[in-house]
Amino acid sequence: MSEILAGGISERDLTQGTRNIHVPELNLESQAERMSRQIRLAILEQSKRAHVGHIGSALSIADIIATLYGGAMSLPSPDDPERDRLVLSKGHAALALYSALHLIGWLPKEQLDTYCGDASLLGVHPERELVGIDFTTGSLGHGLALGAGAALAARMQGSSRRVFVVVSDAECNEGSLWESAMFAGHHRLGNLIAIVDLNGQQALGYTREVLDISPMHTHWEGFGWDVSEVDGHDVRAMAKTIESLDTGNGRPHALIARTVFGKGVSYMQSQIKWHYLPMSDEQYRQAVVEIEATT
Amino acid sequence: MRAAFIKRLIQLAHQDQRIVLLTGDLGFTVVEPFREEFPDRFFNVGVAEQNMVGVATGLAEAGFIPFVYSIVTFASLRAYEFVRNGPIAHQLPVRLVGIGGGFDYGTAGMTHYGLEDLAVMRIQPGITVVVPADEDQAAAALTATSGLSGPIYFRIGKDDGRTVSGLNGAFRLGRAERVREGKDLVLVAAGSLSCNAVAAAEELKEGGIQASVVVVSSLNPPPTQDLAETLVNFPLTVTVEAHYVNGALGSVVAETIAENGLRCHLVRCGVKETPHGLVGSSRYMDEQHGLSDSGVVQVVLKALEKLNVQEKEASLTTI
Repeated sequence: MSEILAGGISERDLTQGTRNIHVPELNLESQAERMSRQIRLAILEQSKRAHVGHIGSALSIADIIATLYGGAMSLPSPDDPERDRLVLSKGHAALALYSALHLIGWLPKEQLDTYCGDASLLGVHPERELVGIDFTTGSLGHGLALGAGAALAARMQGSSRRVFVVVSDAECNEGSLWESAMFAGHHRLGNLIAIVDLNGQQALGYTREVLDISPMHTHWEGFGWDVSEVDGHDVRAMAKTIESLDTGNGRPHALIARTVFGKGVSYMQSQIKWHYLPMSDEQYRQAVVEIEATT
Repeated sequence: MRAAFIKRLIQLAHQDQRIVLLTGDLGFTVVEPFREEFPDRFFNVGVAEQNMVGVATGLAEAGFIPFVYSIVTFASLRAYEFVRNGPIAHQLPVRLVGIGGGFDYGTAGMTHYGLEDLAVMRIQPGITVVVPADEDQAAAALTATSGLSGPIYFRIGKDDGRTVSGLNGAFRLGRAERVREGKDLVLVAAGSLSCNAVAAAEELKEGGIQASVVVVSSLNPPPTQDLAETLVNFPLTVTVEAHYVNGALGSVVAETIAENGLRCHLVRCGVKETPHGLVGSSRYMDEQHGLSDSGVVQVVLKALEKLNVQEKEASLTTI
């Protein structure tokens, strides 16, 4: 069992606050669900090989990324100008994105295996030089502005493409993020979809203890956004919510995705230290066993 | 200078549908003609410069050429990291237009003085930095750089009307323009203080001192070859700029001298201390910081006197 520390978000919280969504019970495992597990295994494999951290952050968004790359986004090819765009504003979780790019065939395994190595295009934070990465990110509070510009561009070009921005809840500490939230709300950029990874943690503590801005949805609503609260580990629910969004010239959309930091690996879940730590051999073996057991 | 810049921008925008103008709620009586001409390509994004640069980056990624307009300090310093991680990191054609520079906003006080923008911009290898000296050159520079695929920072003077004698609106990227010939020293100037440099040369002439004047408007890429070929011919070079003395034109010239092994004495005219409290017209502020016509003349006379003393001492030592 994971150890839930004071101020963190517990597993129980995940089932609360999800609204306006009917999730059908399906026996068949969806493509996105399969992708979730594969992303997690790739995160573990690559961070173990490279001996780097940020594992908990990547695991936190594994299901969000699986939802997007498992069917929610329109991605005909990496250079199709009409493809949906993704800004991974919480760039430190890029390993989840690299894994998804590999799983959809845009990133060869040999290249994924260079993660954090010398002369690799796959750093901890994503850079645009890598095929499939639309924007270089890593500085928190930057990505929503990029996304707002990309969404405005799509509107000006008469395109129906959408722009997804994945932000962290801690990133909402950055004032610049709210500049962009204000801008997108004012200009009614309905083709802009921000997904807030609400895992309740940041580098040195729990968000409630560092800078508590809960409840998160009120701020987005205040700036004119359409807000949905979703379980950030339920790929079907997230896909259904995204599909239901009106991406015309209405309000921009914020999906407040309740997540568990380190989701899927019991000893990492809701543990601050796994923002930074690499895994030992034993920890890696245990993590893989736990993820594989979710089949 | 800013009105001439916008006028030329409107001309270019008629030819190029990709041009978009964003302002951070600044440019009263300046940006309105663009808004009236292209209402669908004009956005007052509000007082939020970081977002403005981020939005411009997103627009540029999709094929637009966004011009981002604000006062120098806000365009360069407030949004600096967004510039670095946005247009520079992505190598996208975002045009940053900083209005003012130096003490152009003299009575507005410290927060509005542009004293370090050129330094922080030019140290980034991935951005072109242009500092037009007058309105004709501002328009020419805009046209000359319109095809560049990467980002550009323009420092555009607030006031219109002054023209640098001998410049005739010439602008060449990576080149310097010699606007006046003289054998005794060379004044190297940038931006709107180029007028002061020419006026100082005129004043020196009355005292029998012949000064050349070179205008540097392309700070990145710097006109290294032009400067090296020019400076070597003079015993004294004096730089003149409305900027902190470190980091911009004075440093470009110092680097050129050092890296080319030139035998040339350099004196840099610029702002040497943080302005504290006292405000006034830009003319007054320039005077207070030794950047007026007569201030430059005084610097030149002092430097020449020092050189003469050194030469005498050297000749005595030789004997």
